[in-house]
Amino acid sequence: MNEIPQGYYLLLAGVLFTIGTIGVLTRRNAIIIFMSIELMLNSVNLTLVAFSSFFGDSSGQIFVFFVMAIAAAEAAVGLAIVLALFRLKKTIYVDEANILKY
Amino acid sequence: MLEAYFPLIIMVVFGFAVAFIFMLLSQWLGARRGTKEKQTVYESGMVPYGNARERFSVKFYLVAVSFIVFDIEVVFLYPWAIQFKELGIVPFIAVLIFIAILFIGYFYEYKKGGLKWD
Amino acid sequence: MANETILMLPLYLIGFFSLAAVGLDPLFSKNKKVIYYLSLIGLLEAAISAGYALYLHTLTPAPNIEISYAKNMVSTGGMAYFFDILFCLSGILILLSSPRYFTREYKELSEFYSLILLSVSGMMIMAHSANLLVLFIGIEIMSLSFYILAGFIRIRIMSVEAALKYFLLGAFSTGFLVYGIAMIYGATGTLTLSVIQLSIQTNTINSLYLTIGIGLIIIGLSFKAAIFPFHQWAPDVYHGSPTVIAGFLSAAGKAAAMMAFIIIARAIFGGLSQNNFVKDLYVDVRLVLAVLSAATMLIGNITALVQKNIKRMLAYSSVAHAGYLLMGVVAANERGWSGILFYSTAYILMQIGAFIVISLSERNDEQNLKISEYRGFSKAHPYLAAIMSIFMFSLAGLPPFAGFFGKYYLFTAAVETGYVWLTIVAVISSLISMYFYIGLIIKMYFEDPDTQPMVAESGHAVLALTLSTAGVMIFGIFPSLLMDIAKIFF
Repeated sequence: MNEIPQGYYLLLAGVLFTIGTIGVLTRRNAIIIFMSIELMLNSVNLTLVAFSSFFGDSSGQIFVFFVMAIAAAEAAVGLAIVLALFRLKKTIYVDEANILKY
Repeated sequence: MLEAYFPLIIMVVFGFAVAFIFMLLSQWLGARRGTKEKQTVYESGMVPYGNARERFSVKFYLVAVSFIVFDIEVVFLYPWAIQFKELGIVPFIAVLIFIAILFIGYFYEYKKGGLKWD
Repeated sequence: MANETILMLPLYLIGFFSLAAVGLDPLFSKNKKVIYYLSLIGLLEAAISAGYALYLHTLTPAPNIEISYAKNMVSTGGMAYFFDILFCLSGILILLSSPRYFTREYKELSEFYSLILLSVSGMMIMAHSANLLVLFIGIEIMSLSFYILAGFIRIRIMSVEAALKYFLLGAFSTGFLVYGIAMIYGATGTLTLSVIQLSIQTNTINSLYLTIGIGLIIIGLSFKAAIFPFHQWAPDVYHGSPTVIAGFLSAAGKAAAMMAFIIIARAIFGGLSQNNFVKDLYVDVRLVLAVLSAATMLIGNITALVQKNIKRMLAYSSVAHAGYLLMGVVAANERGWSGILFYSTAYILMQIGAFIVISLSERNDEQNLKISEYRGFSKAHPYLAAIMSIFMFSLAGLPPFAGFFGKYYLFTAAVETGYVWLTIVAVISSLISMYFYIGLIIKMYFEDPDTQPMVAESGHAVLALTLSTAGVMIFGIFPSLLMDIAKIFF
């Protein structure tokens, strides 16, 4: 069976990363921004796994485990911060959180 | 190169076809009697109440956050568990330390009342 | 084996104490002081053990060689111990000054102490990393603690908003950093820094992936260190977060990001290879960093000129200081690296000191934070005003304070490596910065108060202020004390 060339994985990961980046830059809802960031991290995971299988070296996959764990910790902290903001301002739109500007 | 994908394409086409045919068959063959019960929203057998877009209690988020954090530990345990016999005692101790650290987090959350519902 | 335990002891200790602080927190919910003293002891012990390990390290025949342990995951270099001590010191300064501040502004929570310990342990893990994975874990432990610390006063909108901005941009930059690491992995096939260096020397790399990887890592770390054009979050975050924490984020966080720059730059460009491509890339990367550094200090200092709020002014000037520190990375020689070490020390002492002084006179949310409210500060608080002036002189880079020698080493390092234009820009931006630093001193001493004189109380913060003032003075008068140690690591 033929294998999918390595470049395709990297291309897919690059496209996903770009979509995530654009999402972060254009969306205004804190949760959706955070989801875009998760998409970026997952595209990096894809890159790492692709390289890992290409080299036949497991350290890339182990890195993916840690990225996942850290993404989970980030999700916990991020949701807590968004909740704290919601309690005070009743909004999760980042452009409505704008006191710190002058 | 593309021949490698041929089974995949067959599967996709077949899957779509089966799903589509079943939908059409049930449209044509099934008897339809619209009752009030059937029109209501399905909520696991409960009688639905309120608006679906209602806000949830913040406690749900707390449970979800705890779940995310403690759920991900499996990622680290799984590779160790499948190699358990080959790896021997040192990784076992390492995993014990890992669990102990997790337990500190659990203890903190339990004592601070993070797991209490009321 | 015993030797290895001693060399790794700082990491064990800080890890143990930060976990103990989390675990014991619920047991001592009535008496917050237990966790406070526990954290102080933890930081002190970690600093002392790092000092002892540093001493042992200087005795070895080649103190500039780093030794890796734990399957090439953790290294024990002299630089790592130096930064260990520095981070523990900054943690101690913040701990000493925080209880009074938080009792007054919100309430004292012992989570604060464990979070400081956790962020310090993250920075120390970064310092000891011999592997990109360990570096990444360290950065994330530090950053996650920072996000929570920034929003620590959760009933205050500004604090929570700062935390949200910091979190979103920090997580965004993490994406770039990880992607860069993945690309470096793709270029070299390994995550171990020494093997990366080896494969670049022997030219067994994919140069396209390496270029992309370096670019992405520079973006990611620039976010963390608040370097132009990724600095916009810094003023908002430092302004919004609780004052003592703003000092910690801006000083220790910046030093940690710079240390990551040093570690990665030395791994990738450490031994110059026979490969012409890598040599060209090295020149290009340094040029890019030089342009970023110049832009960072100019923009930081010029924007700081027009600020009305003292926290915001110091925040913008901290952006400029990131630019000065980056000059050492641009120079990339022995003098440049040790200059970063010296300037980080000086910067941590003076920046945290300045923020402690502000935190002492700040009152319930945004009172006494305008620069104009510092008029006649010296009449009401002669000692505090004198200490603040010392920090301002040092931040402005005037002799005989530590900031001057830090700048001197960095500027001469840039001149030595042929970046004369960068040094000229740096001198010009230092002159610009004089205006607002000296302006504050003039306001404190030569103008009459038009409002009620500010009240200030201290507590343990006196100890922190004494420590940082003494450090700024001693390293300013005898810079060789520190510089002689910093030089032997490279």
